[in-house]
Amino acid sequence: METLLDFLQTNWLELLYKAWEHLYISMIAVFLGILVAVPLGILLTRMKKSASIIIGIANIMQTLPSLAVLAFFIPFLGVGKTPAIIALFFYSVLPILRNTYTGIKGVNKNLLESGRGIGMTSWERIRLVEFPLALSVIMAGIRTASVYLIGWATLASFIGGGGLGDYIFIGLNLYQTEYIIAGAVPVIIMAILVDYVFSIIERKVVPTGLKGMKEVA
Amino acid sequence: MLKIENVSKVYKGGKKAVKNITLDIKKGEFICFIGPSGCGKTTTMKMINRLIEPSEGKILINGENIMEKDPVELRRQIGYVIQQIGLFPHMTILENITLVPKLLKWSDQEKKERALELLQLVDMGPEYLERYPYELSGGQQQRIGVLRALASNPPLILMDEPFGALDPITRDALQEEFKNLQRTLNKTIVFVTHDMDEAIKLADRIVILKAGEIVQVGTPDEILRNPANEFVEEFIGKERLLQTRPNVQLVEQIMSRNPISITEEKSLTNAITIMREKRVDSLLVVDEENVLKGFVDVETISEYRKKATFISEVIKTEVYSVNQDSLIRDSVQKILKRGFKYVPVVDQNKHLVGIVTRATLVDIVYDSIWGEEDNLVAEMAEMF
Repeated sequence: METLLDFLQTNWLELLYKAWEHLYISMIAVFLGILVAVPLGILLTRMKKSASIIIGIANIMQTLPSLAVLAFFIPFLGVGKTPAIIALFFYSVLPILRNTYTGIKGVNKNLLESGRGIGMTSWERIRLVEFPLALSVIMAGIRTASVYLIGWATLASFIGGGGLGDYIFIGLNLYQTEYIIAGAVPVIIMAILVDYVFSIIERKVVPTGLKGMKEVA
Repeated sequence: MLKIENVSKVYKGGKKAVKNITLDIKKGEFICFIGPSGCGKTTTMKMINRLIEPSEGKILINGENIMEKDPVELRRQIGYVIQQIGLFPHMTILENITLVPKLLKWSDQEKKERALELLQLVDMGPEYLERYPYELSGGQQQRIGVLRALASNPPLILMDEPFGALDPITRDALQEEFKNLQRTLNKTIVFVTHDMDEAIKLADRIVILKAGEIVQVGTPDEILRNPANEFVEEFIGKERLLQTRPNVQLVEQIMSRNPISITEEKSLTNAITIMREKRVDSLLVVDEENVLKGFVDVETISEYRKKATFISEVIKTEVYSVNQDSLIRDSVQKILKRGFKYVPVVDQNKHLVGIVTRATLVDIVYDSIWGEEDNLVAEMAEMF
């Protein structure tokens, strides 16, 4: 315990810096994941056959060992933050994609018919009906992805991406428990905080009318 | 204003959902499509706003072929109300009502004014504007559904079993309200239902469909009086044919059996005496065999008093009569709709056997209102 306090006293500035690195690596990856997976998920709901194939591919990607994926990018992108972000981005796609797809698919067909019947274009149906109604499910996917990514971002350290993973690996190599703890605990705290922040965002963006409906139901 | 010409819908695999339907709908008309499930009523309706594209035939709105129009534009010009209400749960009542105006890019001010105006039509105040659909009862929600269809003031509105999911009392109230609304706003309505009572209550004309084909088109009365075939009869349900009283079906059961009549060869003086005695203003004229010939009334007699002596000279022969074993509805029709004071009742050989007057109708109405209550009182008396 004392060694840990000593460690914090001497290294707190560095720890903060590494936490920041860790946070932005994972958040940029989540952000890219949202940019790709949400439109792709909506697109998939318009395609009947290819949807299951593409989701299948995303599933397979998810099962690839993360270390292997990180290593895989080294020959193409070298080492550093960029390959780390790209590798993490691949992992963020699946949960967001799947939730977007299920969320949009789950929108009541009557509402879509109603929208079509009163003369909405497909884009208007997506923008005014499907997306707002699916938003809470999509947000759940984004939250899952961001918690995953904060955990996995520790591996970025392997390819020189920095972050709190540095401490964990130093600790493992040198057999220094305080390093491991100083790396792992902030990761956990960060994951919880980020999830909390997203839950606030979710409450802000999900349409008011839907919240009331859930209270009633 | 709406012409459906030889329209068919064939689905992939050759299933014909709608076969060669032709229908001409006038402006302001309330048309009900009715039939068992799978009869093509909804398909036909959805072809009008191209939610389903017709395979053959033409649909013209005010002379314009809908297939030559952009489907989105077309739908914005036609009101549409669906069965499960279809209000958007994430939008306020204001946003829901003014969705079509929004798509048509009206200003916020215009939208709000329109919404208030529409809410007034159904006696709902401005406090509803900012509420969400889940805060409203089913009946209120469906009112909003109807208002949404009226928002951009389309001349034509399509409705797909809009009141189907409501409880009977709300449904009844809404039907009434909506019918009044339709009359005041003079909208053309195409209304799909499987509820015959609803169709009879609302429709100007009912279109009965079966297996994708039109079986019969007519006013509710025409259909009730002359069902085209057994299918229609069955579909209407026998009991509906005699709505007033379940145990009274035929004219002979309600007619008064001693109509005041006179024979042709009697004099006008005789006639006026009988009238005075019996306190009536017209007499049915029969021959020796009691066959109905016509009638005389007091106006005619006083007009021809100087010139004519015998009834045969002044008789009016255009007299509507009903057969004694025809349905009550027929005679009631003639009295109520055509303004007759009475309808003579005859048998197969035109012999005068009775008469149905306005007083008879009063009796029927009296019985249907109080008769059952009397039974109830009797039953309760027995119980104690």
